[in-house]
Amino acid sequence: MTLKLNVELKGLKLKNPTILASGILGISKKMLERVAKSGAGAVTTKSITVKPREGHNNPVLIQVTKESFLNAVGYSNPGLKAAKEEFKDLKDFPIPVIGSLVGANAEEFSYLTENVKEIGFKAIEIVLSCPHTPGFGVLAGHSTPESTRDITSAVRKKTKSPLFVKVSPNVMNLGKIVKAAEKAGADAITAVNTFGPGMTIDIEAEKPVLGFKFGGLSGPALKPIAIRCVYDIYESVRIPIIGVGGITTGKDAIEMIMAGASVVGIGTGIYYRGIDIFRKVCDEMKDFLESHGYSNLDEIIGIAHRD
Amino acid sequence: MEIPEILEIKSIVKENYKVKSFYFYKNIKAEPGQFLMVWIPRSDEKPLAVSFLNPLGITVEKVGLFTTQMFQMYEGDKLGIRGPYGHGFKLEGKKICLVSGGCGIIPISLLAEKAKEEGLEIISIVGAKTREDLFFVDRMKESCSRVVVTTDDGSLGMKGFASDALKDLLKKEKVDCVYTCGPEIMMKSVFDVCEDEEIECQASLERYMKCGFGLCGSCCLDDFLVCKDGPVFNSDQLRSLSEFGLFKRGKNGTKGFF
Repeated sequence: MTLKLNVELKGLKLKNPTILASGILGISKKMLERVAKSGAGAVTTKSITVKPREGHNNPVLIQVTKESFLNAVGYSNPGLKAAKEEFKDLKDFPIPVIGSLVGANAEEFSYLTENVKEIGFKAIEIVLSCPHTPGFGVLAGHSTPESTRDITSAVRKKTKSPLFVKVSPNVMNLGKIVKAAEKAGADAITAVNTFGPGMTIDIEAEKPVLGFKFGGLSGPALKPIAIRCVYDIYESVRIPIIGVGGITTGKDAIEMIMAGASVVGIGTGIYYRGIDIFRKVCDEMKDFLESHGYSNLDEIIGIAHRD
Repeated sequence: MEIPEILEIKSIVKENYKVKSFYFYKNIKAEPGQFLMVWIPRSDEKPLAVSFLNPLGITVEKVGLFTTQMFQMYEGDKLGIRGPYGHGFKLEGKKICLVSGGCGIIPISLLAEKAKEEGLEIISIVGAKTREDLFFVDRMKESCSRVVVTTDDGSLGMKGFASDALKDLLKKEKVDCVYTCGPEIMMKSVFDVCEDEEIECQASLERYMKCGFGLCGSCCLDDFLVCKDGPVFNSDQLRSLSEFGLFKRGKNGTKGFF
């Protein structure tokens, strides 16, 4: 197979368009290295907050149907200081590491961005879209055009690295939000975060199952919503899109790219196909491109928009 | 489906002053060393080793809030169970040695029962801090040809650590494989003894677990996921670990050194 899947995302050179989504496995440098060895084009850390956070009580992640999971992890992470220790020496890391940052307000986002500089993340992703953690994301009102503008421009002032803004699918004015991010200096949009929030009640226990009662929906069931969001975003902005939501196969990735994504994020898909899902998805994408007479991915980005 | 199934408690057996077994109206198939996620609705969910199969039973030491809540339960009360998860112990050879410390005897005693069924010769070393902490010694005696008890304070059996007893044993006779579960420092010593004697070892390790099926990354140990790649690791894997016996991460991911 001579066909190559390498892509460039705002100066970030990726050997293929699959990225480990934030929140999955990215707790340590060693885990990220394993994901890199499993064929990912880039990896994203678990979101880093200023102070350590235990997150919500268990269960934090459950399956609700064959094709969907609910999670409410609650940004559990050891905090900025520990992250600086954990992820130091990324110079020799085989693929780009994207630092996912989450703060309670523009000041915290800005502080985090300033302070992770020494780590050497190849890109920064700011998460304005968590549906289930009080004080952050949707529950802190970050999913508005105004907040998106304020937080993105505050972070933009602190970094020259590629800056990705992760948005929620649970908004009616997605176009305005991503335009605000673009205008404030975002280099790409990561779309989407989990859907919902949703809830599952155990009818024998007569109680919600998740420790936090409700949580964001992920998995294949999220895919049509993510595809629609990416399709809409592609019409709204000129910056590239990292399409995330329900991708488990190469065909899913192709569909996401046809909707307008330049690269794709994979998270829950690992449950279905193992950590080497990245290699599998890439091989399947190559098969599709070859059998359909395409020579690279650029030819199909946003192709679904053509008349 | 990765979601708890509510099971009614069939019976509760007190094993010692701080250990109880809970039996459910269900039989399961599981390998010794595999674990279940046990859910107390509106409270929390924790990984616990499978202790009995038919009927399903778990054995619990009262150590914190979660287990204290379990200790307040009665027959007829309900718990959520999902699993079994992970890789259990793999029986190898004809003559084996089982080394447990404290609650590590829970999966080890189930392993002993399986090894007996398969006709293996089993020597076991059961370690505890003190005489009162011991439990399942009789259960072990039913499966094993020899049971050596050690206590840190010498209140019963040999005074000292289980790993010391293993060292003494391996000087005198050879076994095909050593299986261990207990405090990590003890397992590290057991593994080191096995390495010196060039004997295969399988150890059941523990890390803070959240999802239990390999997505959240909470239970990472080097680049392994204890929930999915473990909890039982063999000598090749143990040899590759830099974090074994050194530190484990807490609920928020912070490293806690042993």
